[in-house]
Amino acid sequence: MQKKYSWYSLLKAGLGNQEWDQAIPLSKPKSKYDVIIIGGGGHGLATAYYLAKECGITNVAVLEKGYIGGGNTGRNTTIIRSNYLRDEASSLYEHSMRLWEGLSEDLNFNVMFSQRGVYNLGHTLQDMRDIERRVNANVLNGVDAVVVDHKEIKEQIPIINTSKNARYPIMGASFQARAGVARHDGVAWGFARAASNLGVDIIQNCEVIDFEIDGGRIKGVKTTQGDIMADRVGCVSAGHSSVVAKMAGLRLPVESHPLQAFVSEAMKPILHTVVMSNAVHGYVSQSDKGDLVIGAGIDGYNSYAQRGSAKIVEHCAAAILELFPIFSRVRMNRQWGGIVDVCPDACPIISPTKVEGLYFNCGWGTGGFKATPGSGNVFAHTIAQDKQHELAVPFHIDRFTSGALIDEHGAAGVAH
Amino acid sequence: MFLIDCPYCKESRDQNEFSPAGEAFIARPQNPEELSDDEWADYVFYRTNHKGDHWEQWVHTNGCRKYFLVKRSTISHEILEVAAFGEVTSENKS
Repeated sequence: MQKKYSWYSLLKAGLGNQEWDQAIPLSKPKSKYDVIIIGGGGHGLATAYYLAKECGITNVAVLEKGYIGGGNTGRNTTIIRSNYLRDEASSLYEHSMRLWEGLSEDLNFNVMFSQRGVYNLGHTLQDMRDIERRVNANVLNGVDAVVVDHKEIKEQIPIINTSKNARYPIMGASFQARAGVARHDGVAWGFARAASNLGVDIIQNCEVIDFEIDGGRIKGVKTTQGDIMADRVGCVSAGHSSVVAKMAGLRLPVESHPLQAFVSEAMKPILHTVVMSNAVHGYVSQSDKGDLVIGAGIDGYNSYAQRGSAKIVEHCAAAILELFPIFSRVRMNRQWGGIVDVCPDACPIISPTKVEGLYFNCGWGTGGFKATPGSGNVFAHTIAQDKQHELAVPFHIDRFTSGALIDEHGAAGVAH
Repeated sequence: MFLIDCPYCKESRDQNEFSPAGEAFIARPQNPEELSDDEWADYVFYRTNHKGDHWEQWVHTNGCRKYFLVKRSTISHEILEVAAFGEVTSENKS
């Protein structure tokens, strides 16, 4: 297997028209690891990568019940931003943003991170007050953010409807220039490849069916590919976190909901940035392939079905057409759902548990993709040192007992 | 999308008329003064989030506006049972 991609390797393989090497080796599980990560999505693979790269723990397995990046990593709308209101949240997402900014070079894999900016629209005076408050908080926290009015928005995005006669007229927006999008599959593949180059085993089609716990301490896991021992186990299983937690006899303060998205057929470039609106509830960008990527909201009921209600699609399409009447005849190509585990305060849990050696990284809800590198990074340090990374401290599961919640619902909990 | 039989209206209506109202059978503690922080956290925030047949509450928002109980599969969305409060309890639920 080719260890490193370069212009030379591209030229050589391209000119020779030879078979391209497999990017990631297929591994079978060994009987024992230092650390097992349950869940081969972006966050799990990133955790394994940073364990190997920054914590010196390379005897690591990532167990994925399907194929890597087949869950929410491959189902989101790829938006990356760090303009969160609360200090705790914005520090974590900004940490992630800084990792995104060097990620392709770091992984030696093009994740197509494109800092094309994100507009979060405001439609009412209260929206605009909230936006100003959030932008000011962002600036104090070293996160780039500005408030723009509807004229500037129209200048930047000529196809947007800023008419005063709109049902929810656009009054202004916050704009984060460093925000953007990345190729979600590429992120999973890049982390998997870089981690396996450092010695991590990426094991697909390997579902964890039970835990081995002795005297309150984790000993290993039972899987569909046999028993595997480990001193430490990190669970990064998103929508199925409650299911995994139950195997260890734990309960979590999360509920799983379907979150939907859809893409149009590919078109010529028409939208160069990302536009989000909490008030009408839709968000849209155009991928490098040319399709419009549109994100909707969650269904209110619990589900593990990876599909949602038609009314959510209708509501979202109405919101997008309110913003962009020009899209009214665009044909949609695909629609899908993912299962997101939502915390009461719309913030994640990055935490040890009552079982010694068992850690959970979950509750990212509707906005986990943007945090992929940062989440993996702080979770890796949390597992390696058996002590929460300083940025992860506010995200301890005990906050639901102490009451120290991180209230991001008003600021960021709706559209991600 | 699915249809729900409202136990009060006695009609099968579109899911859009209803709103989900969370997990069923979460009883408000009888002895709030004596509860520990852990017990409060469990009551307020922790949920079963069951994968499979799940008892939950719905409200007929655009109909009779009454709350009732639904047993629904969180895997297939199939509705298995609908009941008014009191008809099914945490003791006698299927």
